[in-house]
This record gives sequence, structure tokens and C-alpha cells, in this order.
Amino acid sequence: MSEPLTADQIFDRVFLETRAKLLAVAATLDRLDRAEGTDRVRNDFRMEQLRKSIDIIQNSSNDRAEQLQIVFSDPYDEQWKRPGLRT
Amino acid sequence: MYYIDPHIHMVSRVTDDYERMARMGCVAMSEPAFWAGFDRGSVDGFRDYFRQLTEVEPKRAAAVGIQHFTWLCINAKEAENVELSREVIAMIPEFLDSPNVLGIGEIGLNKNTKNEAQIFWEHMELALKTEELILIHTPHLQDKYKGTRMIVDMLLDDPRIKPERTLIDHVEEHTVKLAKEHGFWCAMTLYPITKCTPSRAADIIEMYGDDRIMVNSAGDWGPSEPLAVPDFVQEMRRRGHSEKKISKIVYENPLEFFSQCKRFEFKAPE
Repeated sequence: MSEPLTADQIFDRVFLETRAKLLAVAATLDRLDRAEGTDRVRNDFRMEQLRKSIDIIQNSSNDRAEQLQIVFSDPYDEQWKRPGLRT
Repeated sequence: MYYIDPHIHMVSRVTDDYERMARMGCVAMSEPAFWAGFDRGSVDGFRDYFRQLTEVEPKRAAAVGIQHFTWLCINAKEAENVELSREVIAMIPEFLDSPNVLGIGEIGLNKNTKNEAQIFWEHMELALKTEELILIHTPHLQDKYKGTRMIVDMLLDDPRIKPERTLIDHVEEHTVKLAKEHGFWCAMTLYPITKCTPSRAADIIEMYGDDRIMVNSAGDWGPSEPLAVPDFVQEMRRRGHSEKKISKIVYENPLEFFSQCKRFEFKAPE
């Protein structure tokens, strides 16, 4: 086999796997809601990262994985102080 | 299919792993110097470690028909001890004539601190002075994007750095462009949770091409899979990619990069 897969072939292959991953996310959020202290988790910055990620998954761009990575990344400062020769 | 694992920490793996890798077609590997899981206390601790990398592991690998290569440095996790780091950097040249040493690595950043950047820079100076290849570790998770940008800044600041002799490791979707657009080599690490899966690595190949890129297992003492490269091969086959294309990524590309090392001698399998 040396022909790349078509979208139909890819979708048939990944549908159940993707369904399972989405179910795992939904069940995890449900578990958090059931647990004591769920309000604290709702205000955790990491929960906001998850919410942003779920929004990104729903958009129609073709770089969603890259966008998610940036959501979970610390900001970069172009002006950071470079090292030099030791004194 | 023959393959090379260009980044794996065999001092942390059992002999069974060597045997399983050989059975799956591994013919060579390279082992960057790494953090032991605890901070070493003296330069002699590193001297012993470098003997293990240059004398012991090549023999373990050869017993199953695999060629073992290595890289030397003090890992970024230990760079906060600047004094020890400088002692280790000064000691590294003792081992640079060892036939299996490919260069300086895996140097880089971990938490993107000032000391880590300083020690990265001093390793870079050593590599330039001794004309060695450079293998660069990029940070994990939330630190990766910022750390990779900082590393690329330091590399681009120095006109002596040759991108074709420098490999930026552990790239993912948000950092692969940073490496490739400036002509550096790059590699994707296949980890179960914290880095790339074989499937996402195949996606990145489909989006960014198969030039100057390779995949590795970075198998170590933590959760990792020493057979991750064959898993990637299988994923590429399932997607319909040609054997020629797959072989380029897992065999020819590492050979092309390593061949720039003046000591590199590879015996191709018959």
C-alpha cells in the first residue's frame, strides 16, 4: 500500500477512537462536577485552558493542534535577557 | 525495516529492551547524556557516567548487533548548580576522542531560568570551539514554547552556529516550524502522555515534510516506550506512506545528520 488514505478512510478508522476520547473528556468533567470543591476547580486557570481548548476544537481551522499547544504554553518575552560571557 | 533510534537513554533500560529493539530492526542508537533522576554531587560522578556512555553501553548494544553512539553534557536540570556545570563542561573534552561520541547534548533549557540559559550558552561555546555537533533538549509542557523560542534566539544570535549541524529535539505542533524555518534539524519524541504520539508525529510529517526531521523514543527511567519508533513506522504504513518515505525518516535522516561528525563510523547492515 503506498497511496495516502482518503478522508472517508481516515474517518472510518478514527471515528470510534475519537468518540472514546470525547467521552473520556465528558466523563472527566462530570466527575469533577460531582466531587466536593468543584467551585474551586471551576476557577482554576487550568480549567479555563480546557474550556478554551474545547472552543478551539469546534473551529474550522486546520491548525487546531497548534492552537491548543499555545493555550497550554507560557508566554514568551522577546526582550528576555540573553546570557553572555561570564565575568 | 531497519531503523535508528536517535535518542534513547539505555543506561536506564534492561538488556531485554536491547534485544527487543534489535528484533524490531534497530541497527543503531544514540544516547544523549541525561539527568539521573537525582542531582549528581561531583564532577567525578559525571566522569563515571561518561565512561558508562562511552565504554559500557557500546558493549551491551554490540552484544545484540546494535551500534551505540552518545552525546555528552550536563543536563539543564542540573544547570542551577553553575559551579558544577562549569566543572563538567571543562571535563567533557577528556571524552571527545571516544569513537562513539557524536557531539555535545542534550543541552538546552528545562524551566527557562537565567542559569540554564547561561550553561546552555557555555555548552554551545564548547561545541563551537571543538567543532562538535549539537543536540538540543527543549522543555516540557507549558515551558516548551517559551524555551524553544529562547533557544532559537540564542542560536540565531551567534553567526558561528551552523543550523545543519544543530538538532532541536522534542518538537511538537507549536515548535516544529521554529526549528525548520531556520534550517535546523529537528526530532519528535514519542511519549505516551507528555510529548508526541506516533499518530501526531505522522500528522506533523504530513504537514511539514520529511526533510531534516526524525523520530525517537527518548526511552528512559520514566514512562516511555523503547519500541516507539517501530510504532511510528506502523502508523505511517497504515496511512499508506511508502517504505521509502518511512525509511528516510527513521534511518536515512539520522545517518545524514550523524555523518557530519568526524568520528562517525557506521557499519550498514548487509
